[in-house]
Amino acid sequence: MSRHVKQRIVSWMALGCLLAVLCSFGMDASAQQRFPKPEFENGHTQPPTFTPAPRADFMEVVDVFVLILSLSVVTWLVLNKRSRKGVFWASIFSIFYFGFYREGCVCSVGSLQNVTLALFHTGYQIPYTVIAFFVIPLIYTLFFGRTFCAAVCPLGAIQDLVALKPYSLKSWVEKTLGLFPVVYLGLAILYAATATDFVICRYDPFIGIYRMEGSFNMLVLGAAFLLAGVFIARPYCRFFCPYGVLLNLASRVSRRHMTITPSTCIQCKLCEHSCPYGAIEKPVPAHTKEKRSGLVNNAIFLSLIIPVLILIGGYAGSLLHESLAKVNPTVRLAEQLLNEVETVDGIIPLEIEAFRSSGQSLESLYAEAAGIIQQFYIGGWILGGIVGLIFGITLARLTIYRYRKDYEPNKGRCLSCTRCMDFCPVEE
Amino acid sequence: MEAEEKKYNRREFVNTGIRFSIALGLGGVAALVAKRSAGGELVWQLDPSKCIQCGRCATSCVSSPSAVKCIHVYDMCGYCDLCGGYFRPGTKDLTTAAENQLCPTAAIKRSYIEEPFFEYSIDEDLCIGCGKCVKGCGAFGNGSLQLQVSHNICLNCNECAIARDCPTDAFSRVSSDKAYSFKGF
Repeated sequence: MSRHVKQRIVSWMALGCLLAVLCSFGMDASAQQRFPKPEFENGHTQPPTFTPAPRADFMEVVDVFVLILSLSVVTWLVLNKRSRKGVFWASIFSIFYFGFYREGCVCSVGSLQNVTLALFHTGYQIPYTVIAFFVIPLIYTLFFGRTFCAAVCPLGAIQDLVALKPYSLKSWVEKTLGLFPVVYLGLAILYAATATDFVICRYDPFIGIYRMEGSFNMLVLGAAFLLAGVFIARPYCRFFCPYGVLLNLASRVSRRHMTITPSTCIQCKLCEHSCPYGAIEKPVPAHTKEKRSGLVNNAIFLSLIIPVLILIGGYAGSLLHESLAKVNPTVRLAEQLLNEVETVDGIIPLEIEAFRSSGQSLESLYAEAAGIIQQFYIGGWILGGIVGLIFGITLARLTIYRYRKDYEPNKGRCLSCTRCMDFCPVEE
Repeated sequence: MEAEEKKYNRREFVNTGIRFSIALGLGGVAALVAKRSAGGELVWQLDPSKCIQCGRCATSCVSSPSAVKCIHVYDMCGYCDLCGGYFRPGTKDLTTAAENQLCPTAAIKRSYIEEPFFEYSIDEDLCIGCGKCVKGCGAFGNGSLQLQVSHNICLNCNECAIARDCPTDAFSRVSSDKAYSFKGF
């Protein structure tokens, strides 16, 4: 055999081997390792790969069931039994079940972000449990008032327990601070709708306590809220809770709301200072009414201000859109790349490194970021406009006097804690 | 008296109207988002093909130590003596001496099987999910060490704190029956 033929045979054999390798690679990629798994001669068996199972699916159904059950029980305790003791023990149960056992997650307050995100992003998968946690308390509130706030919400329950020495706030302080939840709700919706962040979850003050671990800031925030809650009852519920805004609105049209007195009010004033949340409305005698024409003029004037306030609010919101958008990770990354930020605190940010290795082009990233900033611009207008509208309505409502004979709970603000009932001397 | 009763009725009528419109709206929103959802329960999952082992899993998780653990896919392991996941680069003597180990918490146990093979198992209680071994194994070995969310520890937070900080967006929610995902296997 000539040398030439030998070479050809060798090269054909090499090609064959290569083909065989390629075929086997195509058929079974997993079998190709740099270092193939050995076959042991001493009969060693390999241990199984450790993959602990997640919490069983049916436990989530149990959670929803417990939510419905505790809502029903609390509603019954508030409306039928009128029992403060019962509501107190229900709070303890919620603290232990929804708080310490379920570690405060998922909660109805946070669920509104998931629902928003699911509405704006078709690709987002929302668990059915989260939908249930969002909808069920709202439905109960529509019919029975905020019994969810009374003792089912773990955030409310823990604050209710520490409200030991509540001071009543001046009405104007209460009303002004009470506007903040609207802003917070707007921000939460804006950030959830743009798939930026879940701010409610990030700044949940009590989750660290329920998990019994957390970052320093989280625990300090929780402790601060509880400490403040001793003197200003339920500060989170009244001046921060974004879900409370929705419950407040739903409760105003509630079918059966709790009453202070079981039958007729005898105007004894005993309940006057019993509400730690400032939710009891005093009687408004007919003679305190101002002249009708003056009130009508005021109402017309203040209603005319509303569109102006909406415009001012919307414009202010749109001015803020760039600062608001900076929270978004894509926008932040695009900004860093645009400004040619190489290092942050002497280290190349991982996001930049990851972006460079991802192979995405700068142009497409900038386009994506510009799209998100545009969303924030529109969102800023809407958010600011709504805040302006709420401010306007709050102002205009000051002119409305509702004649009231008896001491009544404010249906929107009342948390159905039933404390006032113990002060009422009227027998059923 | 009659007039008052009538007024009350009007208000009650309006309230009922608003109440049922809100209830209807809520039902509509719930139905819409439920229709888009694949249903079932969802858990957080780390996609190992996106993971760059940056180390944030160890620090961002709300649990400490992190719910992200290194999980050993034994079927992919070459049982190497010189394990890129176990030894620091440049180690001279292949012994279990502390200064040789890559793992900051000595969570990997090296045991002799037969010449020349060693088995590496992970003490999940010690593992902090920093991913140093995962990087080493992926660079020099088969990549049988992989980071995964360990579901006996994961609290399944509504917003995963690691997902928020992940530079490559490797976290997503998946159906709980496909809770684990391993690369190349």
